Amino acid sequence: MAEEKHHITSYKTYLLVLSLLIVFTLLSVAITQIELSRWAAAAALLVAGIKSTFVLMIFMHLKYDQRMFRVMVGLIVALVVVVIIITMLDFLFR
Amino acid sequence: MSENKQNSAPKSYLEETGGRKGIFKWILSTDHKRIGLLYLYSIMAWFFIGVTLGVLMKLELIAPGKTIMGAQSYNATFTVHGVIMIFLVVIPGLPAVFGNFMLPIQIGAKDVAFPKLNLLSWYIYIAGSILVVSSLFAGGGPPDTGWTFYAPYSFKTGTNMLPAVLGAFVLGFSSILTGLNFIVTTHRLRAPGMSWMKLPVFPWAIYGTAWIQLLATPIVGITLLMVLGERIFNIGFFDPAKGGDPILFQHLFWIYSHPAVYIMILPAMGAISEIIPTFSKKTIFGYRFIVFSTLAIAFVGYFVWGHHMFTSGMSGTALFTFSILTFIVAIPSAIKVFNWVATMHQGSISTDVPFLWAASFIFVFLVGGLTGLVLGALATNVHLHDTAFVVGHFHFIVFGGTGFAFFGALHYWFPKIYGKMYDRSWAKTGWAIFFVGYIALYMPMFFLGVMGMPRRYFDYLPEYHGPNIISSLGALVMVTGFVIMVINLFRAVKTGEKAPQNPWGGTNLEWQISSPPTLENFDEIPTIDKATYKYD
Repeated sequence: MAEEKHHITSYKTYLLVLSLLIVFTLLSVAITQIELSRWAAAAALLVAGIKSTFVLMIFMHLKYDQRMFRVMVGLIVALVVVVIIITMLDFLFR
Repeated sequence: MSENKQNSAPKSYLEETGGRKGIFKWILSTDHKRIGLLYLYSIMAWFFIGVTLGVLMKLELIAPGKTIMGAQSYNATFTVHGVIMIFLVVIPGLPAVFGNFMLPIQIGAKDVAFPKLNLLSWYIYIAGSILVVSSLFAGGGPPDTGWTFYAPYSFKTGTNMLPAVLGAFVLGFSSILTGLNFIVTTHRLRAPGMSWMKLPVFPWAIYGTAWIQLLATPIVGITLLMVLGERIFNIGFFDPAKGGDPILFQHLFWIYSHPAVYIMILPAMGAISEIIPTFSKKTIFGYRFIVFSTLAIAFVGYFVWGHHMFTSGMSGTALFTFSILTFIVAIPSAIKVFNWVATMHQGSISTDVPFLWAASFIFVFLVGGLTGLVLGALATNVHLHDTAFVVGHFHFIVFGGTGFAFFGALHYWFPKIYGKMYDRSWAKTGWAIFFVGYIALYMPMFFLGVMGMPRRYFDYLPEYHGPNIISSLGALVMVTGFVIMVINLFRAVKTGEKAPQNPWGGTNLEWQISSPPTLENFDEIPTIDKATYKYD
């Protein structure tokens, strides 16, 4: 246990991810200009999901941590997705 | 010689004060056992208030027309009764009290993973409680929406909603932090040799519950913030006049609040799974099935929230889906009941006090579960929705399930917690009166519901009078049993006989340490080399 290694991420990677996050933020603003009707929320969630993945993997070091933690986060994300899909069964078919 | 021996004996956690005096030895202690008791005392105080409000409601319903309160007071009374009982009593109930006290001991740890965070959770619980209760006294009168805070009424009513909603929001943080603490504790602090499949069932139940606390509570948190946003800034999330959707509120509310039912019931099932093998002197039947059914309930419980909304105007596809999923979640619950009964089969049963609570738990949980299926079926739900039947079902599950298990657990672990023994004959008397009163109080509600009596009204038609009299009198009988139980336990703390280390002949780790335990529970961390619940 004492020999656990901590991955050190370079500033270059952090800056790259930061730039990507800014690009995706601008994209989520730009996307509102397109008329997507009831899919607008899905598009916004998709962009937010990509951004969250970057934050989780790089800034929160999930990419370098034990596989167990990635599995846990993956299951939680899957749970949220299923909950949203079930809610949509009401919204889309009402 | 014996004096020397006494002096050198390790102090119990109740004697170990850390140099603090009076109330400070409690409110500044990070010992998981003292924090468990802090929760016990706070929760019992709220429970007394909740019970009082419940009895007032039953007195109002003892006869048609206005008896002791009018419509607005009745609306406020059932709302505050619900908010206190749900958010301050049954949700924290078993996890915060017995989870805190027993989880570290049963997994062979000295404390939870984050003791200071644990104490902070209690402070947050108290802060949330004060906020909720302040809604009774400030501004436009107590909230009158029911504990579900349904939109759009919750942001239109002139009553004092802000502190109640904000209080429920704050309480959520306590729940999340406790859940997080328990997950990390279970993963990181299990004693050497205690593999997952050697973990007793109660820690498993607390672990499954902790995941629900951690993942579901933020959803109600954000929902309550949205209600605050509606009230303060008029945003329109749930306001049809502004393009909002009131059914969205119901979705968001129940996405949390249905799993919250499992926050209440899973630890209860865990406690029952401890009591039954101990008093049957038999290894628990189907350990793996019980464990996996716990996880299955925790998982499938996320997907059935819509059965609270069958008459809200959801799509037919959603209605069908939620009804099917509701029937599926009954399967793991039934597995547990069969396993408990199979554990008792050919066991050497002693009908001591905790066993009586556990056996009656199975009965009331079964009634609650089967009436739940009646409500889970779409056709019958339309007839019974928002009737007294729902109140009966709900109380059989939440009060019957959680309450009976809580009192069972309290009598089971009382000798360990306080190192004192209670008077068993008075405890049995209290249980018997409580049980009879309980059945008389809630069983008539099923009949009233089928007859068509709506819930949440201070008045009713004369034809509903008979069952309402039985129900109201049942409430008084049940409270009598409860008072006997409390006095008996209180007296035991003060003057009870010293309890032995293992009064019930249990096999788990808590029965292998002194009663009450020492500050760090174990002189040295035990090594686990055999499966749990092994009776020779």
